[in-house]
Amino acid sequence: MNPDMRVTIAGVEFKNPVVTASGTFGFGREYGEFYDLSELGGICVKGLTPLPRLGNATPRVAETPSGMLNAVGLQNPGVDAFIANELPNLRKFDTRVIANISGGTVAEYGEMCEKLSAAGVDMIELNVSCPNVKAGGLHFGTSTESVSSVVREAKMRSTVPIIVKLSPNVTSIADIARACEDSGADALSLINTILGMRIDTRTRRPVLANNVGGLSGPAIFPVAVRMVWQTRCAVRIPIIGMGGIATGDNAVEMLLAGANMVAVGTASFVDPLAPLKVRDGIEKYLRQNEIGSVSELCGGVLLN
Amino acid sequence: MQQVLCRVVRRAQLADDVVALAFESAELARTARAGQFIGVKCGENLLRRPISICDVTGDELTIVFALKGAGTQFLAERKVGDVLDVLGTLGNGFDIPEGEILVVGGGIGSPPLLSAAKTAQTESVNDVATSRVTAILGFRSKPNVILAREFATVCREVYITTDDGTFGRHGTVAAPLEELLSARKFAAVLACGPRPMLRAVAEVAERHGVTCQVSLEERMACGVGACLVCVCATRKDGEIANRRVCRDGPVLDSREVIL
Ligand SMILES: Cc1cc2nc3c(=O)[nH]c(=O)nc-3n(C[C@H](O)[C@H](O)[C@H](O)COP(=O)(O)OP(=O)(O)OC[C@H]3O[C@@H](n4cnc5c(N)ncnc54)[C@H](O)[C@@H]3O)c2cc1C
Ligand SMILES: Cc1cc2nc3c(=O)[nH]c(=O)nc-3n(C[C@H](O)[C@H](O)[C@H](O)COP(=O)(O)O)c2cc1C
Ligand code: FES
Repeated sequence: MNPDMRVTIAGVEFKNPVVTASGTFGFGREYGEFYDLSELGGICVKGLTPLPRLGNATPRVAETPSGMLNAVGLQNPGVDAFIANELPNLRKFDTRVIANISGGTVAEYGEMCEKLSAAGVDMIELNVSCPNVKAGGLHFGTSTESVSSVVREAKMRSTVPIIVKLSPNVTSIADIARACEDSGADALSLINTILGMRIDTRTRRPVLANNVGGLSGPAIFPVAVRMVWQTRCAVRIPIIGMGGIATGDNAVEMLLAGANMVAVGTASFVDPLAPLKVRDGIEKYLRQNEIGSVSELCGGVLLN
Repeated sequence: MQQVLCRVVRRAQLADDVVALAFESAELARTARAGQFIGVKCGENLLRRPISICDVTGDELTIVFALKGAGTQFLAERKVGDVLDVLGTLGNGFDIPEGEILVVGGGIGSPPLLSAAKTAQTESVNDVATSRVTAILGFRSKPNVILAREFATVCREVYITTDDGTFGRHGTVAAPLEELLSARKFAAVLACGPRPMLRAVAEVAERHGVTCQVSLEERMACGVGACLVCVCATRKDGEIANRRVCRDGPVLDSREVIL
């Protein structure tokens, strides 16, 4: 018997528990040349802002042991161009579309939620945790008051479920998670990148033009697992776990820690087929362990 | 674009710190165009390294690379029979028009121009005197000179310059470039090398009214256009826009790129 790979997050059914992580998959066009995007549980698109943004200067990337730093700075065509030029193409595929948004003010989050839910995305992910820009970035996600005001505004103006993407760059992720749940968030996703820095010893200059950037990839995986587990202990709403997932076994670990679904990001850069391999790996684990449904894994860690 | 495992069929040391590797892939050989590159996995290093395609012969592709850090060190240690994990073929490549072509390479920027010269050279290889391609290659010093013989088999003339005058002409590529563009009519200049060289080449070409295609380098992550880390600023109709070097490039019109 085939295990049931479907998961339901805030009333939205995903055909399998693997989505792509925002900013690592563009609007799907490039990796869509490698495989049929309908194979994915969902696609979370590049972070959108009210107006187009050019982003930071280059270099925007630095390799690190088992990871990478990025400082793209939210380059994107703006929410209107996304709705006009990208969403219709994404809608051709039988997969869920999650719009990831970053606002400079609470009102901007609200405006984007209104436009995007009217345009027909399945869910909206509030990025309150981008380490690479000052406005619309980290500061909303690092205090319980500001995150609550963003979530309340988004809930008021969106007709689709709201996911809040949490920053690992906080003292207590549990407090922020609870504040999101109390303000009406339908789901949480974590982790965004961890703030990092590299310096070229020859020139004494930071490798990134932005000096600092967000760490992603296998290097952050154990931090992500720990934070998903802590968040699961703090809230009841669904969690999308991400951060360094590269294999099916990594994904199972994240689900056992308390995630309901996973996102794959940096791993696609290494292997374009990574999201599908992660999906197949989860299915294989379920089959081998005679587990009927992937939803049975959520929070299944047996603590010592 | 596809990910392919390819067997190394040849390895050669071209200079102290420059290695050529040839590997087999019918799939990649079929799609390869001059100026395109591959993303090659270098052992435990997370990100693929972008390396230009230097030559395609039958099912064999050759890359030529300088030893810079851990990734290129790993590549340099590959032996015949080893397997490379390659993503390719990536980027747009040169657009080679009819007429005389001038290729200008600076140091380790020369390899992709060999492939461009070969593509442009429709005449028989035995008759280079009638080739429509001329090459100018600039290097730091005599020990750094690479691919001079290979260019000579497809180009009508090959001008070599070294910064210190230990080989060929003393100075940079700018002087022979100026002379050639003054002497003859070229349909296009194709250039690859460090930014200051590209800036100088573009300036000379534009002054002579010759279109110039520059192949750019930028640090990459995905290599396919999805992550936006590799952008360069371009200007078109007065509007500033970012283009992805890995996808919209690496070859761009010098009049559009803000070099
Ligand atoms: C389109 C393109 C084509 C290229 N073709 C060639 C070629 O034919 N021959 C050749 O010798 N080199 C080429 N390069 C440069 C080559 O990619 C770098 O020298 C190489 O990535 C260095 O890796 P490393 O691990 O040895 O060095 P490290 O400095 O240890 O690399 C650290 C990180 O920085 C990146 N990086 C370092 N230098 C460069 C650079 N100049 N350009 C882009 N990324 C860099 C690496 O990919 C890696 O992610 C090309 C670059 C680009 C963008
Ligand atoms: C190049 C790059 C760009 C990113 N852009 C965004 C973004 O626009 N919005 C966002 O919420 N997260 C962004 N992220 C964070 C990822 O969605 C993800 O949270 C993080 O990379 C951890 O997962 P990973 O290790 O699987 O990549 C970006 C990550 C990378 C590597
Ligand atoms: S390297 Fe990802 S867009 Fe160019």
